[in-house]
Amino acid sequence: MNSMLKDPGILREIIMDHYQYPRNKELTEDKGYKKVHMASDSCIDNIYVQGKVEDGIIKDLRFDGIGCTISTASTSILSEMLKGKTVEEAKHIMQEYSRMISGEPFDEDLLEEAVAFQNVYRQPNRVHCATIGLHGIERILKGENDDE
Amino acid sequence: MGTVDLSVYRKDFPMLDGKTMNGHPLVYFDNAATTLKPRKVIDTVLKYYEEETTNVERGDSALSALVSAKYENVRKIIAKFIGCDPEEVVYTSGATGALNLLAEGYGMKFLSEGNVILTTEEEHASNLLPWFRVCERTGAKMRYIPLTEEGRVTEENVRSSMDEHVKIVTLAGVSNVLGYEAPLKGIADIAHEYGAVFAVDGAQAVPHFELNMKEMGIDFLSFSSHKMCGPSGAGVLYGRKELLEKMDPANLGGGSNARFDRYGKIILREVPDKFEAGTQPIEGILGMGAAAEYLMEIGMDKIHAYEKELRDYLVKRMEELPNVKVYNPDAETGIVTFNVEGVFPQDAGSYLSSRGIALRSGQHCAKILPDFLKVPGTVRASLYFYNTKEECDTLIEALKTCTVENAVDIFI
Ligand SMILES: Cc1ncc(COP(=O)(O)O)c(C=O)c1O
Repeated sequence: MNSMLKDPGILREIIMDHYQYPRNKELTEDKGYKKVHMASDSCIDNIYVQGKVEDGIIKDLRFDGIGCTISTASTSILSEMLKGKTVEEAKHIMQEYSRMISGEPFDEDLLEEAVAFQNVYRQPNRVHCATIGLHGIERILKGENDDE
Repeated sequence: MGTVDLSVYRKDFPMLDGKTMNGHPLVYFDNAATTLKPRKVIDTVLKYYEEETTNVERGDSALSALVSAKYENVRKIIAKFIGCDPEEVVYTSGATGALNLLAEGYGMKFLSEGNVILTTEEEHASNLLPWFRVCERTGAKMRYIPLTEEGRVTEENVRSSMDEHVKIVTLAGVSNVLGYEAPLKGIADIAHEYGAVFAVDGAQAVPHFELNMKEMGIDFLSFSSHKMCGPSGAGVLYGRKELLEKMDPANLGGGSNARFDRYGKIILREVPDKFEAGTQPIEGILGMGAAAEYLMEIGMDKIHAYEKELRDYLVKRMEELPNVKVYNPDAETGIVTFNVEGVFPQDAGSYLSSRGIALRSGQHCAKILPDFLKVPGTVRASLYFYNTKEECDTLIEALKTCTVENAVDIFI
C-alpha cells in the first residue's frame, strides 16, 4: 500500500478534509434515484443516502444530513470510492471495509483513502458512525427505497 | 470545598478508588444516566446472594421469613424517603416500568375520547411513548405546556394550558436534559383545581432532593433505584392509595392474586401486592432500600446544596472558556448541558472519554427538545454528591484542548 497512507498526519488530514468538505453531500431531485433514511437511536447521526444504479453500475451516490466527523467523512469517502464501480466490485470493496471496521485483516490496496478508518474498531461505541453510510449504500444496492 | 463538604463519602464508592479509563483517573460525570454504588449497597446485594438466597412471601422456611421481612421493610424505608405510606409504594423494574404501569393501569382505564394528557416537550421518551399509546387506544390527546425561553415549566404556563378536559398532568420533576426543577407543589394545586391527577417522573429528582408526597400533593411518582446509588432492575411507582386501588395491574400472575378459579374469576390481592405479579428483583429491591437509607444518612438537603455549589463552580469555569456554550447556566441540579464550538457532540464525548471523563452526548432520550434548543444534540455532564471541584477542573482542562483535530486523533 501507498506508504503515505501509514502516516498518522495524512490519515488525520483525510478525515478532516472529508468532514470539512464532504463530497457528494447534496441530494438531488433527478429521476432514477433511490433514497434511504439512516438514523441511529443511540446517537444523533441522521442522514439520507441516495444512489442511482444503471446496468449494474453505480452511476451516482449522494448523501445529506447531520453527522459526526466519522460518519460524515466515511460516507463521503465511500461515495467517492464506489461511484462508477460495478455493483459486484462495490460489494467486494464494502466487504473489505466492513472487515477493517471490525478489526479483521483487510485488503489495504482496495480501500484507498478509507484506510483512514482502520483504527475505528478500537472505539467500539463509535463503530456505528463508520458504518451508517455503508449500511445506507448497502440498502440502495439491494434496491430499497424509503420514498416508495 | 465551600459550605458543604461531602468528599468524605467518596471512600464509600469502589468505583472511585483508583479506577482509570483510557489511562486517566476516571472522572464520572454521567450520573443522570446511572450513579455509582456505595459499599453498603453492594454488600446488601452480595449478602442476598451469599447468605440470604430464597424467594420472598411464599416460603415456609425461616430464611424466607427473614428475607421477606427485609423485603417488605424496604417499602417503609422508601415511604420515609418520599413522605408517603408504605402500602403506597409499588415495586417496579424502574422509572420506565413505573410509567408504563401508570399509563397502562390508570391511563387506559380512565381516559377516553375528549380527554387531554398535559405534559411538556422536554420529557424523556419513557414519559411520552406510553402516553402516546394511551392516546392511540383511547382517543385522548396530548397537549404540551409551553416552556419559557430558558426551557422551564412555570405555574403560569401550566395554568394557561389547563381546562376541564385535562385528566392527567405528567411531567419530569427535573428535566434530564436541562436540569431545571419544576415547581411541583404549585403545579399539583393547579392540577387538582381542575380535577386532574398529577404524576411526576421523578427519575432525575428523587436522587437529588427531598420530595414529600403528602406535603406536595403529588398523586403519582416514578423513579429508578439505579439513579440513586441503588442496583438497576428496581424502581418504584408511588400512588395515592385510593388511586392505586382503582387502578388495574399491568401484569397478572403469581403473587398478585388472592385466588382464582377455573372459570377465569380472579380476585386480586390488596394494594400494592396486586401490581407485583411474579418474582421481583429481590436483591435489587433490598439494595434500593440500602441506597435510600444511605442517602438519608447523608441528608438530602446537604446533597442538594453541595450539588448546586459544585455545578455553579463548573458553569462559572466553563463560561470562562471561549469555545464552550452552556445551555442551562441557571439550573438548580447537577445537570450541565453544553456544546463545544465546532465540535460535534459525539466527537466531543469521545474525546473527553479519551481523557478519562465519562459523560454523555446526544439527545438524551428527549427527542423533541433539539427543536427547542436548535441544535442536533448536546453534551451533558451530570454531577452527584461524590464529585469534586478537582474533577470539574479536569473537565475544564480537557475542554481547552477539545478541538475537531484532537477529536479525530483518537481514531488514528
Ligand atoms: C427524566 C427521566 N425519566 C425516565 C427515565 C427512565 O429511567 P429508567 O431507564 O431507569 O427506566 C430517565 C432515564 O434516563 C430519565 O432521565
